[in-house]
Amino acid sequence: MGRFLMIRLVQGLAVLAAMSFLIYGLIGLMPGDPIDEMIAANPHLTSADAQALRARYGLDLPITERYWNWVTAALTGDLGYSRVHSVPVLEVLWPRLVNTLILVGSSLAFAVLLAIPIGVYAATHPYSRTDTAVNLLCFAGISIPPFWLALMLIILFAVLLGWLPAGGMLTVGDGSLADRLRHMVLPVATLTLVTVGDYTRHVRAAVQEQLRQDYVRTARAKGLKKSTMVRRHALPNALIPVITVVALGFGTIFSGALITETMFAYLGTGKLIYDSIIGNDFNMAMVALLFVTLMVLVGNLLADVLYVALDPRITFSKRSV
Amino acid sequence: MSIRHQGARMTMLHSTRLIGAALGALMATGLAAAQAQETLTIGMSQFAPTLHPNIESASAKTFVIDMAHRRFTSFDVDWQPVCLFCTELPSLENGLAVLETTPEGEDGIAVTFTIPEGATWGDGTPVTTDDVMFTWEAGRAEQSQFGNLQMYREIYDITVVDDRTFTVHRDRVTYRYNMITDLRVLPAHLERPIWEDEPFEYPNRTLYVTDPTNPGLWFGPYRVTEVESGAYVVLEQNETWFGEAPHFDRIVVRTIENTAALEANLLSGSIDMIQGSPGITIDQGLALAERHGDDYNIIFQDGLIYEHIDVNHDNPLLADVRVRQALMYAIDRDTMVDQLFQGRQRVATANVSPLDWIYTDDVPQYPYDPARAVALLEEAGFTDIRNGVRHHAETGERLSLEFVTTAGNRTRELVQQVLQAGWTDVGVETVVSNEPARMFFGGTLSRREFTGLAMFAWITSPENVPRTTVHSEGIPTAENGWAGQNYPGFRNDRADELIDLLETTLDPAEREPLWHDFQRVYAEQLPALPLYYRADTYVLPPWLGGVVPTGHQYGIAQSVEYWHRAGS
Repeated sequence: MGRFLMIRLVQGLAVLAAMSFLIYGLIGLMPGDPIDEMIAANPHLTSADAQALRARYGLDLPITERYWNWVTAALTGDLGYSRVHSVPVLEVLWPRLVNTLILVGSSLAFAVLLAIPIGVYAATHPYSRTDTAVNLLCFAGISIPPFWLALMLIILFAVLLGWLPAGGMLTVGDGSLADRLRHMVLPVATLTLVTVGDYTRHVRAAVQEQLRQDYVRTARAKGLKKSTMVRRHALPNALIPVITVVALGFGTIFSGALITETMFAYLGTGKLIYDSIIGNDFNMAMVALLFVTLMVLVGNLLADVLYVALDPRITFSKRSV
Repeated sequence: MSIRHQGARMTMLHSTRLIGAALGALMATGLAAAQAQETLTIGMSQFAPTLHPNIESASAKTFVIDMAHRRFTSFDVDWQPVCLFCTELPSLENGLAVLETTPEGEDGIAVTFTIPEGATWGDGTPVTTDDVMFTWEAGRAEQSQFGNLQMYREIYDITVVDDRTFTVHRDRVTYRYNMITDLRVLPAHLERPIWEDEPFEYPNRTLYVTDPTNPGLWFGPYRVTEVESGAYVVLEQNETWFGEAPHFDRIVVRTIENTAALEANLLSGSIDMIQGSPGITIDQGLALAERHGDDYNIIFQDGLIYEHIDVNHDNPLLADVRVRQALMYAIDRDTMVDQLFQGRQRVATANVSPLDWIYTDDVPQYPYDPARAVALLEEAGFTDIRNGVRHHAETGERLSLEFVTTAGNRTRELVQQVLQAGWTDVGVETVVSNEPARMFFGGTLSRREFTGLAMFAWITSPENVPRTTVHSEGIPTAENGWAGQNYPGFRNDRADELIDLLETTLDPAEREPLWHDFQRVYAEQLPALPLYYRADTYVLPPWLGGVVPTGHQYGIAQSVEYWHRAGS
């Protein structure tokens, strides 16, 4: 296992290095730079001022040289300042990552916790009314645009019923745990509802496939109760493809949920990344996108480890066949 | 279930919903009322990128800062220059402005300002001329990243008379000689050491970024007491404020970027009002007025946001003024404004707002007249029509124009469709190639990469001389580092001459005819196609008094101390 992890670590570093160059290059290729924005905002900026500012920020250098300067600074721990927020990048990014982890992590957990029992029930009662209803709701969940769902939830629970706040992360002047939890309900519900359908469909399909296997028929013929057979045999095997989907979902957690965050004025990474790209905030965009890449790699690694835990036929060591 | 039972259940559900809604509304109203007794919560759709008064320009920042800081000079609700943080607005007539000669022998002017008595930073330190000197020195330094560098450099010297009085020496005499609007004073006792330590890093190290709740940074009716970047700013009464005491104990400015969610927050009582700019769009405001017009005071304030289409004059098709004029005659702007905005926005005749005192309607007008458009196009040689598109009779050139604007801006895209249809009717083909705002403003406009028409808006100020947008010296080129905002590449000797004259003519009575001439040249030569002036939508609770939208960028917050609960 140690060797496997080491190989994955080296692979991961190579991917990160390649991604850093790619991201830097792509952002650099976008039209305009921060000085163009300054010129647009300040018509009195002279050409001499603009050129002096470009030289001062190193924006007059070739992109490869700029990238190299960024890499050498980053390797010494200097990730630079955010141009938009005027503070070190991590000072802005870190709290946003925590917020996103809480928001998307909890919605992911709720979605999985709901999807497994619903998916199993639908798979074990195929073509029943419940299965039909589950399928219908799943497709509805997958099809509903998050912004519309968010708006409907806000109108229902905040405007009409007044039970929950319409947005934000806390009430100014309060900020207690209960207050923060109240503010979490609608964004978490939105994200859960738009993802639970997809997961339920995966669970249902995977369990159904297992139920068609010979070992299930054998177990049933030996007199094993259906519920026990599903719980102890079919479900663990069915979870392997589900884990792939959830693990990839874990990676994308950190890219945030742009629409949900925007609708609920929630300070997460999705909005931060979007704003940093739009606002020409080079350092912030670089670091945030690299962090997302890292988390996708970690998610995939976790999936590999979980495969081994769930399926004894999979090992980390090489075997000849 | 029988029909009768279904009906009974529906009625019960309906009643439950009604009761729920009524209870909810009651709770929301009660909560809002209780909260509003001491706190006013305002929603807007952007967050201030920085709270430093002189770095970065954004309407969201201006709105917040104006509650906690004051400009020396500004414009009032009638769009006239006014003294906000000085005892008297200097003028040649009152002797506080005196013509002089600069050390280089040029015409200059000395303008004397006096800081009001009792003006004190929030930490108790008096606001003095030392603060003014520091601000000016930092603003004009080589490493400065302040806005309006031109103003800081025009001021070649400041003479300190005493702790409260100083004389600004400018190296040119312009009609704005007595305005130092963008010189927003900074606390030298806090900021000077940071500036002197590393001037280039100052924008990142200033206390306005690292410690924005420091009371010593503010001297307005309120001071900033809490900042959650991207979410909200809390302002509380400033005990050291020397002017009229504000009515609200606390003002919370929340950022909700999605305007539909912003509106929902208003209806749920999470916020009390929506700021005009940046706030909801005009169509949202109109819809809100229809549904909840009785619950809120909704004000559509005409403003200084000039929606127009820049025309690339280097395109041979558009270099002919007859083609530009034909484009104007072919579009029905009055109907467009009536249909899309219920007539709440004003059709533009040139780049001067109808609310500005210098405005005139005695300029070439372009009422909807497709026959006239056709005649002009034919006069310009576009007589050959193939598949509905005009071609030049001699050169065979197709009258096809690229038409670009910001993708995703629903209003602009709607307007674009209306305009496109009008031009198609007279045989002008427009090819839409919209781009995200980042690309549009980041390169296509600023580097003049659009080949035909580019639709966007300028935000100007009252009586703003359009040197950067119309004068030929403002054409961005690779040689000048793409500085300047004359994106059409418009060159007109008379327009240049008038702009130069407008800047140096001090007497308003003499300036007025020059402005009228300028508007005539603009409307006749059409450096850009004027569309309309946008209106801001302010949504105020009916109990809020004292809020007077101005229509210019020095907005409602500069009189925040007069905002009050009606009856109080």
